[in-house]
Amino acid sequence: MALTGDFLMQGVQMFLVLAVAPALTGLVRKIKARLLLHKGPSILQPYRDLARLMRKDVLLAHNASWLFRVAPYVIFAAIWIAAALTPTFATGLMFNWTADLVAIVALLALARFALALAGMDIGTPFGGLGSSREMMVSALAEPAMLMIVFSTALLAGTTQLSQIAAHLASQPFVLRASMGLALIALIIVSLAENARIPVDNPSTHLELTMIHEAMVLEYSGRHLALIEAAAALKLVFYFSLITCLFFPYGIATPPMGLAAQFLGMGLWLVKMTLLAALLAVGEVSVSKMRLFRVAEFLGGALVLGLIAMVLLFVSGKM
Amino acid sequence: MGSTGFDISHFLATIVLICSFALLYQARLLGLIHVFAVQALALALAVAWQAHVQAAPHLYVTAFIALVMKAGLIPYMLRRIVHKLQIARTIEQVVSTNITMLAGVFLTILAIMVVFPAASMETGLEREDLALALAIILLGMLMMITRRNAISQIIGFMALENGLILAASGARGMPLVVEVSVAFSVLIAFFVFGIFIFRIRERFDTIDVDELSAHRGDME
Repeated sequence: MALTGDFLMQGVQMFLVLAVAPALTGLVRKIKARLLLHKGPSILQPYRDLARLMRKDVLLAHNASWLFRVAPYVIFAAIWIAAALTPTFATGLMFNWTADLVAIVALLALARFALALAGMDIGTPFGGLGSSREMMVSALAEPAMLMIVFSTALLAGTTQLSQIAAHLASQPFVLRASMGLALIALIIVSLAENARIPVDNPSTHLELTMIHEAMVLEYSGRHLALIEAAAALKLVFYFSLITCLFFPYGIATPPMGLAAQFLGMGLWLVKMTLLAALLAVGEVSVSKMRLFRVAEFLGGALVLGLIAMVLLFVSGKM
Repeated sequence: MGSTGFDISHFLATIVLICSFALLYQARLLGLIHVFAVQALALALAVAWQAHVQAAPHLYVTAFIALVMKAGLIPYMLRRIVHKLQIARTIEQVVSTNITMLAGVFLTILAIMVVFPAASMETGLEREDLALALAIILLGMLMMITRRNAISQIIGFMALENGLILAASGARGMPLVVEVSVAFSVLIAFFVFGIFIFRIRERFDTIDVDELSAHRGDME
C-alpha cells in the first residue's frame, strides 16, 4: 500500500511539472507584456501553441539525418526526468534517491548535447552558429553550476537533492554568506541556461545574436512542440532547483500526510509565481548583452560559486 | 553574542567583498562609481552592525562617516569630475576581465589562508571578518594595478580603504580618533587626486596614466 502511495506521489510530481510548465512560461510572458503596458496573450496561450504544433505536419529538410528526428525526444525526455526528480512539493519521493545533483547536471548536458548536434545536422549556417554559441555558454555555465552543487553539498553533506532540501528545511533559518553567493551564481546560470535576457532573447528569432532559437529554426510540427515543451520544463526545473536549494521552507518531508503535501504543493505554486514575476521584472529592466560580454557575465557566476565553496570549505559556519 | 550576530556580520562583509568583485568586473566609469557607492553603503551597514553587537557607540560615528563621505560625497564629486571631463562613456580595460576576476579569487583564497592560521586563537567573528577585510584590501590593490584610468585607480584606492575600515571595525578597542583621522586623510587624498586628474588632463589631454610613463626620466 505504502509502495503504491509512493509511486502515485512520484507520478503526481512527474505530471505536475509537465502540466505547470507551459502556464509558467505563459505567466512570465504575460507579466512582461503587462510591465510594458501591452495586453499580452493569455497565460494559456503556450498550451494552445503546443496543441496546434502537435496537430501540424513535420517538415523535414531533405538532408536531415536520423539524429535530427531523434534529438527532440532525447531533449524532452532528459529535461522531463530532471524536472520530475527535483523535489518540488515534497522530498523523499519514490525515485528521489536517483536525484543526485551531479546526475541532474549530466542530464541537462545530455539534452544540450543533443540540441547542439541537431542544430548542426541540417547544415544551415544559422544552426551551426547557434550550436557553437550554445556550447560556449554551456562551457562556462556548467563549471559554475558544479561549484554551486559542491557548495550546497558541503553544507548538507550529500549531493542528493532531496536530502539537501530536507536537511535545509529542517534547520532554522540562518543567514549564510556562502549560500547568498551560491544563490546569485545559480540565478546567473539559470538566466543563461534558459536563454533569457541578458544572455539570449526568448521572444524573438530574428536577431543575429540569438542562441537557442538559432538551433531550433529548422524544427516544425511535433518536433518543435517537444522542444518548446522542453524549454518550458527547463524553466520549471531551474525555478524548482532555486526554491528547493535556497527556500525549501514548507516542503513536505517524510513521514508526511496528505495535508502536508497539499500545503507543499500550494507553497510551491506560490514560489513559482513569485519567481516568474521576478524573472519578468528582471527581463524588462535590463538589456541584452553583447555576445562577447556573456563570457564575463558567466565568469562572474563561476567566481561567486568558487568563493562560496572556499568560504564553506575553510569555515563551516559561513 | 548569538550566532545570528556572526551570520549577519559575515553576510554584510561578504556583500562588501562582492562589491569589490563587481568593481573589478565593471568597465564603465559611471557604473564603477555607482558600485563604489553601494559598497560604501554595505560597509556602513556592516560597521553599524558591529557597533550594535559590540555595544560600541563610537562605531556608529564611523558608520555615519562612511555613509556620508563614501556613499554620498565622494561618489557625487567623482560623478561631477566624470561629467566635467566628458568621459562618462569611457570603457577601459587593460587585462581581460576574466583573468582579473580569477586573480581576485586567488587573492581571496590567499587572504583566507593567511588569516586563518594566524588568527586561529581568536573568536570566529573576528577571524572571518579579518579574512574578508584582507581580501577586500588585496582586491583594491589589484584594481589599482590593472586599471589605467586615473579615476578607476582612485576608486581602487577607496575600495582598499573600505577594507581597512572593515578590518578596524572588527577589532575591538579601535580608538575613534584614529578612525576620524583616517577618514579625513582619505578625503584629503581625494582632493589631491582630483587636482592631479585635472592637471594630467590639462597636460596630456587624457587621464590614461600610461601617458605619464614617457616622462619618468629613467629612459635614456
